[in-house]
Amino acid sequence: MNAPDAIVVGAGIVGSACAWRLAHRGLRVTLVDNGRPGATAAGMGHLVCMDDNPAELALTTWSLALWRDILPRLPDDCAWRDCGTLWLAQRPDEMEQALRKRQRLADFQVRSEPLSAAALTAREPALGNGLAGGLWVPGDGILYAPKVARWFIEQAGERLTHITGEVVTLEEPRVLLRDGRRLQAPVILLACADGANALLEEQWLRIKKGQLAITDRYPPRLNHQLVELGYGASAHAATGKSVAFNLQPRPTGQLLIGSSREYDNRDPRLDPDLLAAMLRRACDFLPWLGELNLIRCWSGFRSASPDGQPLLGPHPHRPGVWLALGHEGLGVTTAPGTAWLLADLIAGNATDIDAAPWLASRLNQQEVNP
Amino acid sequence: MTQTISLTIDGVAITVVDGTSVAAALSLTSFPAARLSISGQPRPPFCGMGVCQECRITIDGRRRLACQTPCRAGMRVEREAELRSEKHG
Repeated sequence: MNAPDAIVVGAGIVGSACAWRLAHRGLRVTLVDNGRPGATAAGMGHLVCMDDNPAELALTTWSLALWRDILPRLPDDCAWRDCGTLWLAQRPDEMEQALRKRQRLADFQVRSEPLSAAALTAREPALGNGLAGGLWVPGDGILYAPKVARWFIEQAGERLTHITGEVVTLEEPRVLLRDGRRLQAPVILLACADGANALLEEQWLRIKKGQLAITDRYPPRLNHQLVELGYGASAHAATGKSVAFNLQPRPTGQLLIGSSREYDNRDPRLDPDLLAAMLRRACDFLPWLGELNLIRCWSGFRSASPDGQPLLGPHPHRPGVWLALGHEGLGVTTAPGTAWLLADLIAGNATDIDAAPWLASRLNQQEVNP
Repeated sequence: MTQTISLTIDGVAITVVDGTSVAAALSLTSFPAARLSISGQPRPPFCGMGVCQECRITIDGRRRLACQTPCRAGMRVEREAELRSEKHG
């Protein structure tokens, strides 16, 4: 086998998208994956415009625009639906939050529409009458990320070689696999979430454990991904355990119910108390959920950088090592933006969005949260 | 003497020994599937201990696990209409 131009470590949605993009740009790519399910296999698959800061909004908006070119080409089993997101306000004061969000999205030409309580019920009747209102973001969607990752790999063509193996040592321009194989390339791109900590001998990625539950199939009652407006407060709570309502109607008629967060717990076993709190939260919004049966519950691990934003671009002081890490809950949404950005940076081209907010060099310039 | 009870599966009466699970009652019929998978495969009970979720079925209007539900007199067990037509096909 000729030496590849690039090695990508990790075949989740981010690594697969990067490998696909690099192969399309003419590089011979070897994609190495340990075969164990990661966040892509565990997550919800929500394509969501997030606006916690301008850089994140720029990345998600750009990524969603890139997704819109990709989505129509996906096979049916990728289960893409342009269902949009309904952000839900429980209390009247949360509507102010909805209006601020609308303004931030509008600044990036993202369409959204505030809904009164009555308009919300008209748009999603199964929500009932208990809510103060919401914000409808029609450009959001859902998909089944494991199949999309596989599709990226298939579509990359002959320039991509996909191998199963566990990278245990990074000695650029080489990587060493557990089975003794060595690979060499001038570009080594790490898209292996917190697995990068050991390879880089850094502690840049922290685990945020999450849990999800899915119901049996029922006749469809909901038409949008539902998220509570208070989600951000939960998503960014840096300590302890938290839950927030997030629910996705799957094309199968199942309802995928989230979400929970817990830092630094690597135990994959379910936490029944936290699961119960998550389901109670869901029932606050949809009391009829309690009548449905759950058929599976599982856990997964998001990986987060010290400041909660992804690390994209060159390693700060190791030439030839590139990073696509720390996407936390936004890896599916931002996979195309990540892939385009990395491919441009690796090629030395100008990038479509500013890469500066994502560079890992920022970690050396600021106080790292404990 | 062993006590028997009668219930219906897709409207057809069946008599079983008291203590029989709905999953076991299904196996006494000519078509033991509980449901259709999303790709249209008939799925019969599998693990028999309430874990695999293969035997989801509607019992007296509620979705239940056939293997975890003992038969009761007068119980109505119903499968999806598509499955009912399949068993005759």
